[in-house]
Amino acid sequence: MSQTLFEKIWNRHAVTTLPDGTTILYIDRHLVHEVTSPQAFEGLRLSGRRVRRPELTLATMDHNVPTDNRLVIRDPISKAQIEALEANCREFGVTLYDLTSDRQGIVHIIGPELGLTLPGTTIVCGDSHTSTHGAFGTLAFGIGTSEVEHVLATQCLPQTKPKTFKVEFTGRPKPPVSAKDLILKLIGTIGTAGGTGYVLEYGGEAIRSLSMEGRMTICNMSIEAGARAGMVAPDDVTFQYLAAGARPFVPKGKAFEEAAAFWRTLPSDPDARYDRTLTIDAGEIAPQVTWGTNPGMVVDVTGRVPQPDQVPGYSRKDVEQALQYMGLQPGTPMTDVKVDTVFIGSCTNARIEDLRLTAKVFKGRKVASGVRVLVVPGSQQVRAQAEAEGLHEIFRAAGCDWRQSGCSMCLGMNPDQLKPGERCASTSNRNFEGRQGKGGRTHLVSPQMAAATAIAGHFVDIRTWAGMPA
Amino acid sequence: MKSFRSHRGLVATLDRANVDTDQIIPKQFLKSILRTGFGKHLFHDWRYLPDGSPNPEFSLNASRFKGASVLVARNNFGCGSSREHAVWAIQQDGFQVVIAPWQQRGETRVPAFADIFRSNCGKNALLAVELSEPEVEEIMQMVDRYPGLEATADLDHQRVTLHLAEEISFHFEIDAAVKERLIHGLDEIGLTLKHEAAIRAFEASHNPQWRKSP
Repeated sequence: MSQTLFEKIWNRHAVTTLPDGTTILYIDRHLVHEVTSPQAFEGLRLSGRRVRRPELTLATMDHNVPTDNRLVIRDPISKAQIEALEANCREFGVTLYDLTSDRQGIVHIIGPELGLTLPGTTIVCGDSHTSTHGAFGTLAFGIGTSEVEHVLATQCLPQTKPKTFKVEFTGRPKPPVSAKDLILKLIGTIGTAGGTGYVLEYGGEAIRSLSMEGRMTICNMSIEAGARAGMVAPDDVTFQYLAAGARPFVPKGKAFEEAAAFWRTLPSDPDARYDRTLTIDAGEIAPQVTWGTNPGMVVDVTGRVPQPDQVPGYSRKDVEQALQYMGLQPGTPMTDVKVDTVFIGSCTNARIEDLRLTAKVFKGRKVASGVRVLVVPGSQQVRAQAEAEGLHEIFRAAGCDWRQSGCSMCLGMNPDQLKPGERCASTSNRNFEGRQGKGGRTHLVSPQMAAATAIAGHFVDIRTWAGMPA
Repeated sequence: MKSFRSHRGLVATLDRANVDTDQIIPKQFLKSILRTGFGKHLFHDWRYLPDGSPNPEFSLNASRFKGASVLVARNNFGCGSSREHAVWAIQQDGFQVVIAPWQQRGETRVPAFADIFRSNCGKNALLAVELSEPEVEEIMQMVDRYPGLEATADLDHQRVTLHLAEEISFHFEIDAAVKERLIHGLDEIGLTLKHEAAIRAFEASHNPQWRKSP
């Protein structure tokens, strides 16, 4: 029987399926970070359990990490959480990429970098953006702390099989429209719960034409459409990414060839059936900017702040509340909206390609007066690569603050935060109230949109903006 | 795990859609390494004014909702971050049941709760009840009209009852496996470990080259 990519991986990882329909799913890799794991380790301790497969478990700290001087954590509660992870990893024999490691970074950036993220495998992490890893043809999804404990103890998770949803992006995005615009457009189309209960599979010419970095950006934000996982079938782009660079967990030589032969069997069969399908013409997508307080509240950059009664899928009250929080008047052109801060970073858009694209925009230009710009690489490896290419000099010359790696201002658990009322163009994934700091106002955009906004001081249509490099 | 069979309590309403887990428990409270102490921070940024006093505009601060244990909200409750702290905060502030509506959008039925949140509820015996939009609308109106209105969520019979002079009941659907685990308060890890032989057999034949560390 023909199968989708998801079904092939699901079936290969089903240890057993119980009479009530629950499948015990085997987990190949478990990524752990400091925020959602302490209570899970404590649970193991209380029940006298050990980590079943410590060699399949890998930890790093990212959420709490200061991005200026990472070795001095002034917040004692953050410090305690980081120290708890260190102690738990020691006690349970889990490998930790700590703050002194040149491999430390945002957990969803370092997984692929290390080659931990491989096609056809299952990956979980106590973080909703685990969906990122689906870009490799991996079934990867975020879990809660009880599930973290479950995987630590059993290397398995009882799961109910989700439904499948194929999203076909036909045509090609017209640069500088990028992966971020595609995923924001999708979320704007189906809403932030449109993918709930489904695993998304992204396909079509636009997806095939994207780099692994772009595919990761798209899969990363699957959760913002409500889907626990998003996937892209592996292809030559995937295999080239895996074979390149120092990725210690990727099989080498003959083992790689054998693995690649298997990986080529993973794409969905041509006649595979999905529970739901949607086609979007990527060639028609404009740069996207969010105006509201969830990622589905988004318009083309050429659009305006909407009227409260004219937003499909949202009540008048939803929109009024969002506009009040955002301090925006209906009818305002998005390109008239000025920002105080620009954040370039996060597991959505802090890989080397994102930094290269933004550096091109910043090169030889200056950040608008009064605008604070943080450029935060997703990992220490990305930081080192960017510095080897001289990108940090371009950022600094433009007036940006070049930081150490971490989650930074994506979620404000560390010192990088917005002040109340501050408005930010952000390459991150959530524009929820208070996400980047209490009272902060977040507009989600692509990296190039963020860079151009930093220079102009307000949103611009990067397709026509005079400052855009060729 | 704790079990859940039936609960009766005061109903409180939060008339908002897409309530995300960042609102339920803001990030500054995720630094704790404990499972307790989250209750007073539930909906922190909505619930308190900058000076720390209760925000009178926030519905759950209304005196008539003091002591409420059944929370009614709108569609897509618990979206966003996977933080289980959201469920802990809701429970530790006294709630045992959350009710929200599924929604029909075009040909798609949008579930009431976000996936990870719903799963986290099941692990903690916080009952997530999904009703239709008209049913939730009716509950919201009844709560407005009858201060002190109590409801019973009966998991055995999959029924929510409003205790009005003339009682109104609503049937709800729930995953059979989740129901079973909730009613018996089963230790899920223990359940999985019953399949130890199957797990071992699986591990023996599964992807050998990927199990090695470099």
